[in-house]
Amino acid sequence: MKQYIEKIGKEGLRIDGRGFDDFREVKIETGVSKKAEGSAMISIGNTRVMAGVKMELGEPYSDSPDEGSLMVTFEEAQIASPDWEGGPPSLEAIEIARTVDRGIRESHMVDFKKLCVKKGELVWKVFIDIYPFNYDGNIIDACSIAAIAALLDAKVPKIKGDKVLYGELTKEKLPVIKVPITTTFVKVGDFIMVDPSLKEEVLMDARLSVSTSGKDKINAMQKSGSGGFTPDEVKAMIDKSFKIRPAIEEALKPLQGGKK
Amino acid sequence: MTKTNKSLRPDGRKEDEMRKISMEVGVIPNANGSAKFKIGKTIAIAGVYGPRELHPRRLRLADTGLLRCNYDLMSFSVSDRKRPGPGRRDKELSLVSSNALTSVVFLDKYDMQVIDVFIQIPQADAGTRCAGICAASLALADAGIPMRGMAGSISVGAIGKTVVVDLTKEEEDWAEGATDVPLTYCPKTGTITHLQLDGEITKKDLFKAIDMGVKSAEELVEMQEKVLKEKYDGGALK
Amino acid sequence: MTDEKKREVVIPGEVLAKGMEFLPGYGTHRVEEEIRASLLGLKDMKGSVVKVIPLKGTYIPKRGDKVIGEVVEVSHNSWSIDIKAPLNANLGIADATRSYIENGEDLSRYYRVGDYVYAEVISVGKDGFSRLRMKDRMFKRLDVGMIIEINPVKVPRVIGKRGSMVKLLKDETSTSLIIGQNGLVWIKGDTRQSELLAKKAIKYVEEKAHLTGLTDAMQEKIGEWKK
Repeated sequence: MKQYIEKIGKEGLRIDGRGFDDFREVKIETGVSKKAEGSAMISIGNTRVMAGVKMELGEPYSDSPDEGSLMVTFEEAQIASPDWEGGPPSLEAIEIARTVDRGIRESHMVDFKKLCVKKGELVWKVFIDIYPFNYDGNIIDACSIAAIAALLDAKVPKIKGDKVLYGELTKEKLPVIKVPITTTFVKVGDFIMVDPSLKEEVLMDARLSVSTSGKDKINAMQKSGSGGFTPDEVKAMIDKSFKIRPAIEEALKPLQGGKK
Repeated sequence: MTKTNKSLRPDGRKEDEMRKISMEVGVIPNANGSAKFKIGKTIAIAGVYGPRELHPRRLRLADTGLLRCNYDLMSFSVSDRKRPGPGRRDKELSLVSSNALTSVVFLDKYDMQVIDVFIQIPQADAGTRCAGICAASLALADAGIPMRGMAGSISVGAIGKTVVVDLTKEEEDWAEGATDVPLTYCPKTGTITHLQLDGEITKKDLFKAIDMGVKSAEELVEMQEKVLKEKYDGGALK
Repeated sequence: MTDEKKREVVIPGEVLAKGMEFLPGYGTHRVEEEIRASLLGLKDMKGSVVKVIPLKGTYIPKRGDKVIGEVVEVSHNSWSIDIKAPLNANLGIADATRSYIENGEDLSRYYRVGDYVYAEVISVGKDGFSRLRMKDRMFKRLDVGMIIEINPVKVPRVIGKRGSMVKLLKDETSTSLIIGQNGLVWIKGDTRQSELLAKKAIKYVEEKAHLTGLTDAMQEKIGEWKK
């Protein structure tokens, strides 16, 4: 299969007929889990991922008494792929979780100061838990879009003192300042392709995920796999990330309405 | 004020009435078979992989296959977030689900192999293990796994002194006390393959509950039949 | 295309026939007087034999099957081949080629990890473990081509009566095709377009497998797509 990918790569083509810079269709559905404060199921081609946001009240960290916090987890759910083994999280799963987390955290997407209920005493802790349902390549971008869609879908629950009244939501959305988008590329032989499908990702020599926000800011990057990229290739991928952003931002736009 | 004809149940259902149910088959492309089962506000999604090689080796059985269910209550499916990953309850329900379905499936040709069933619960409002088993039954059929028949799974029990079918979370927390009796029944083999009880109930009420549960399971199997046939209507794939 | 033989879809447990004169065929089981379906599939009755044609199912190897597999491991005296069955198959040093392979030779000189081969299943053990052989002229390492997967149950339809369907597909799309009984298909054309066209046509036949008159209709369909 790898030889085939390289053979047709010479013609600028990929196994599913896409060009090297073509991202598959992104579909987003929100409100898929009514017990979550925010949720979304997204698909990139046949890769499907669900993310849910839960909010808890708690004490702030001592070094940031007026800030809430954020935690991102990723479960390597075996339901999504015949090749995922059970047991403790694989190194790959941990790398995925941390990469997605960094993209959100380093962009300062959520204004932590606005998550403060009572300085030094009570802040909102936001949890984003991501579960894949079908793996057909590029789980990182799928997770990142799902997490962001769930955050944009979320509404702050009502509280009574220091108790959260789950199930009773205010109209208030989470304080989202900007939208980070992650774009992942793989290198197979000499060819670099965006949004890898399953076979491309399994056979890749190297992979790079680039997280961008705004028009020219990069907030996180992660290179994976045992192969390498030339510096020019890295720069080209970063440039392409900014070119691909707008289409994905468009897909997320309907979620960004409403008051903060 | 007495309410004679009005339902005791908060959502107005009759005692032997299940919540609104919807089912869908073939929701996970990678899986050999899959299904989504929704009952009231509870949603279960099941995916089947197999028969396939069984790891770890020590679980391999010499003259039969293994049916292995994995039940996972997702972290955001409940009001108070549950830490992701298998907790003790998930592990218990995984085993309970496996035991509910093993005798329903023909495993004798699958020596040393496994049929893995993964059950995910993205939204929980009581009856999750039963919803999971219903979804699993559909997914197994969808995967072309040989079975003696379909299985229906439902929670019966009592709220106060009233015997009811399909308790909601609100009913499980009934002020006067509630008893929850989840069960799974396979009409074609005529056997109850899963049975649990949690609460306190008289023998008379329990016998009544079991009968109601069996009847509801039969209704569930009829619905499953409809969904499976509609998907493959006359041999045409939708 | 007509729905000439509209077979009934049956579910596991469904009663297909009653009476001891009926015999339980593939996909069925007997419970006292009743013959019941074991699988979700299409009811098929020929005389007194009742069977169920599965709609889906993992490929279970049978002796004599001709399959396409991917080399996943090379050891000192055999190869492990993924034939999309519950277990990987084994190709031994003595069965691998028409010529003789010396002990101690580097086996990846013949077939390497990632190569696809066309082979024959010569035996299947009780636990599902199968052995392959590539001695006959028709079995070989496949040139680099597109590999797609179809439902193994649909393979006979894609091949057609006496190979009529696969021949038509090859001619109309100008590609070489090999259809493994395990559902793997090898496609090689001079252009990418021809390979994608062949893939589209095969997937279409797979989906519409139950309809009669499909072979005639495919010629027209492929012609339309070519435009």
